[in-house]
Amino acid sequence: MMEKKDYALNVSGRRPEKGNYLAPLFKGLAYTLKNYFSKSVTIQYPTERRRIRDRWRGLHRLKVDDQGKLKCVACGLCAKICPPQAITIVPYEEEGETRYPKEFIIDEIRCIFCGFCQEACPKDAIELTKVYDYVDYHREDFIFDIEKLKNPEKFIFTGK
Amino acid sequence: MIEFWIILIIKTLVVFGVSMLIVAYSTWIERKVLGLVQLRHGPMRVGWHGLLQPLADGVKGFMKEEVIPDNADKPIFIIAPIISIGAALSLLVIIPFGDTVTIMGREITLYLTDLDIGILYVLGISTIGSYGCMLGGWSSGNKYGMIGALRAGAQMISYELPMALAVISVVMVCGTLSLVGIVESQAGLWNIVKQPLAFFLFIICGLAEINRTPFDMPEAEAELACGFNVEYSSMKFALFFMAEYCHMFVFGTMVTTLFLGGWHGPLLPGPVWFFIKTFAVVFFCVWERSTFPRYRYDQVMELGWKVLMPAGLLNIVLTGLWMVIFNI
Repeated sequence: MMEKKDYALNVSGRRPEKGNYLAPLFKGLAYTLKNYFSKSVTIQYPTERRRIRDRWRGLHRLKVDDQGKLKCVACGLCAKICPPQAITIVPYEEEGETRYPKEFIIDEIRCIFCGFCQEACPKDAIELTKVYDYVDYHREDFIFDIEKLKNPEKFIFTGK
Repeated sequence: MIEFWIILIIKTLVVFGVSMLIVAYSTWIERKVLGLVQLRHGPMRVGWHGLLQPLADGVKGFMKEEVIPDNADKPIFIIAPIISIGAALSLLVIIPFGDTVTIMGREITLYLTDLDIGILYVLGISTIGSYGCMLGGWSSGNKYGMIGALRAGAQMISYELPMALAVISVVMVCGTLSLVGIVESQAGLWNIVKQPLAFFLFIICGLAEINRTPFDMPEAEAELACGFNVEYSSMKFALFFMAEYCHMFVFGTMVTTLFLGGWHGPLLPGPVWFFIKTFAVVFFCVWERSTFPRYRYDQVMELGWKVLMPAGLLNIVLTGLWMVIFNI
């Protein structure tokens, strides 16, 4: 008793023992020939890339405000909520000035790209960009400090 | 006298060079066509659309380390691929590429030789070629290789019989065994019209002879992990591989000579039509590889002995009756 399954091509409606063996061969050949002339579904990375969705979670960016200062106030909420504890913050505060991070280190290899830091931040100072293909040769280069975090878009792989 | 030898040497070099190029690029054709049928591109990186891929495979064949297992029977292990490629290359000598042409005032035949026993030579040498597979698997010292070799040997010898029967009916119609004679007798009407059943028989048995899907049990990639050539590494494996593709090319040329009218065709010169028809057959071989599943070993044997051999005998009887009744 054959249920209606989802085949790509149903060459014979009958059971195999009672089936005709020659016509299904030609049906199969016709189907593969049709596929030969169809457009292939390959995306040729790196010259072509897939469409990236708006809420894609890639590398982090520390945002700056209009005067070029970091928005981050080093409250430590992102470091506290980060599941693999990939963020290290050393805050600094002078007398009468606002707090800012002296060191803000994200270990991108430990990061699981969950986006909790982006949701936890009260100042909207950290966000996850759409950069997904950063590659490098040494593990030390994956530990991002403030300079690298300010502009992660320069790490997009261009095929060179 | 010396002129004869110079012409012969030049022809040999040309035929050998062209055939080796075609064999190398039929691997490219296979990978590309298989890819496009499976909705992906084939090799794309090594040169424009992967055209330098056979070159890269050749370099890989030279650079890899040769591994000979301890259990292997060393002399036979080394000789087996040589037998295979030797038999495959010996088949190149009687391929009739075209008619006689006149170059620089001399009549030059576009084939290396025209034996009077033409098609018998092809059948005989391809049988010797199956020795390479059997010895290769046997001497590997590996039980999977041995099973692959056993199956390869049994399949190859049991499909030679229906193939010979199909050839016999073609010879009955054309009246000569020599390949050039068979092509010339098709000047008016191709043999595929006169002998359709023999055409089907020959195609099926030829696919079984060259160990191609749906009969590629000996080199079943998913099941036996490459069958009889499981223990072979770089250069010897490359020789087996090239022997298989050379056999496929020769199969294409044999189908063209016996059934598709050889070099005959309307406007273009003879050799061009010959290559168009041969590449159509080679394309068919790759196309059906991507379509059909693989026969199980007992199904292969049953098909060969119970279906194809009676069909071959029936074809001979019918051809004989036709010839007697209509006095052809």
